[in-house]
Amino acid sequence: MNVIETHQLTRQFGDFTAVNGVSLSLQEGEIFGLLGPNGAGKTTMIKMLTTLLPPSGGSATVAGYDIVTQSPQVRRSTGYVPQLLSADGNMTGYENLLIFAKIFDLPANVREERIQRLLEMMGLQDAAGRMVKTYSGGMIRKLEIAQSVIHRPRVLFLDEPTVGLDPIARTSVWEHIRRLRDEFNTTILLTTHYMDEADDLCQRIAIMHQGQLAAIGSPAELKASVNGGGANLNDVFGHYAGAALEAPGSYIETSRTRINAGRVG
Amino acid sequence: MTDIANTQVSPAAWLRPLNSISFFIRKTLNIAEMEMRKLRHEPLDLLTRAAQPVLWILIFGQVLAGARAIPTGEFGYIEFMSPGILAQSMLFISIFYGISIIWERDLGIIHKFLAGPAPRASLVLGKGLSAGVRGISQTFIIYPLAYFMGVKLDFNILALLGTLLTVLLGAVLFSTFSLLVAIKVKTRERFMGIGQFMTMPLFFASNAIYPIEMMPGWLQAISRFNPLTYVVDALRTFMLAGGESHFGLGTDFAVLILVSALFVWWAGRAYPSFVN
Repeated sequence: MNVIETHQLTRQFGDFTAVNGVSLSLQEGEIFGLLGPNGAGKTTMIKMLTTLLPPSGGSATVAGYDIVTQSPQVRRSTGYVPQLLSADGNMTGYENLLIFAKIFDLPANVREERIQRLLEMMGLQDAAGRMVKTYSGGMIRKLEIAQSVIHRPRVLFLDEPTVGLDPIARTSVWEHIRRLRDEFNTTILLTTHYMDEADDLCQRIAIMHQGQLAAIGSPAELKASVNGGGANLNDVFGHYAGAALEAPGSYIETSRTRINAGRVG
Repeated sequence: MTDIANTQVSPAAWLRPLNSISFFIRKTLNIAEMEMRKLRHEPLDLLTRAAQPVLWILIFGQVLAGARAIPTGEFGYIEFMSPGILAQSMLFISIFYGISIIWERDLGIIHKFLAGPAPRASLVLGKGLSAGVRGISQTFIIYPLAYFMGVKLDFNILALLGTLLTVLLGAVLFSTFSLLVAIKVKTRERFMGIGQFMTMPLFFASNAIYPIEMMPGWLQAISRFNPLTYVVDALRTFMLAGGESHFGLGTDFAVLILVSALFVWWAGRAYPSFVN
């Protein structure tokens, strides 16, 4: 059975259609990348699938639960790392994990073991007692990912997990994302702007353009589909989301992205 | 790596009413615990809050007590105003509490909690309880100060607990109101403007520093719709030796609990719109 299944999923904001009739399915244990220029609808897709935003049309199930009628169950079975900073700088790394273990109702005898194992897995044991505001951008991201998988979700949503990170921190975050999949068979849906990230991490990617799916397939399949096969993913992206550079952008969004990049970087 | 047994409870289990009440309470306490941990890392936060009530009692209180301009019945003016200043201190801490969730939203922390299993109203009430603890910290400043100023305090254990409970309830009420305003206005700038605009009317249209009987009729009417009036009434009853409730403690608590419940429910319902 597919872990994520969307059918004609649609979201409108007034006259603007952010997501327009997207049908997708993800298999268990898959790392799936959602690509597209700013405003293509990636974050809106994730917000609907994490139940933060109700859809205006269509339907979707996550981990077997309907995102509208069974949203509490969906929230219980998924983890979510938003694009913005989500670890609390005014607590230690350990406390950030502890609170999430409690929010997800893990029994006391399991909590400590899980926290220690995740700290070790993410290479954060030594920093566990330090306030998160002293962490580097890469450490914060890893802590946030650890927080969001403490309850062993079947599905993990990562919204631009490596935005603003330096190349070394990025590869380290990738490695940890892969380990989560390998060890727990977690299905991972991530959005990204980086072609190399999609190429390196994802079994399949979908390119969104103006709220619709422009292309879907494995990186190799997509490369083969453009320019008679000699394309790299940048060419693929340009081919399917070509008009993006001229698309009206959002001043506020740009400012936010840069502030955020500055904060974690 | 060894596998840890999957310990998740089946989702249907906590949907049953009794379980869901206990779930709600547990999640509320989790959020409150988180806020307490943050407060423990920044204890100075509380001390800076103490300056204002101390100045009110020492300066404003002493001057007006000397003037004997306000008919406060059997109590001296400092006695009369001490509960009012505790209520004021709790009000100021609580009414600006909403700024913290605007800050957390701008960072992105709120998103993750909203995508988690805790009911939205528990996220609100948990924060309200932590505002309550911040408010309660002020009693430890005002009681000794009032004592040294010669106020005859009621040190009966039940009366002391009554004071703490009243401050807690008042802080839950005004902090969840503040959260609701923050959710609606969304930006820090607008919130600060509105916050300033809210505190003064709430404070002056209450019985905190003068009796209701002194007010013109229209203000008396307004003050009866002001929850702070009932906080002050209950505090005067519990704090002062020989203090008597004007409205009756039952009325005071009924008002505080009902209005708090309304704000918790309302803010919980509006919470998701905060991140979109």
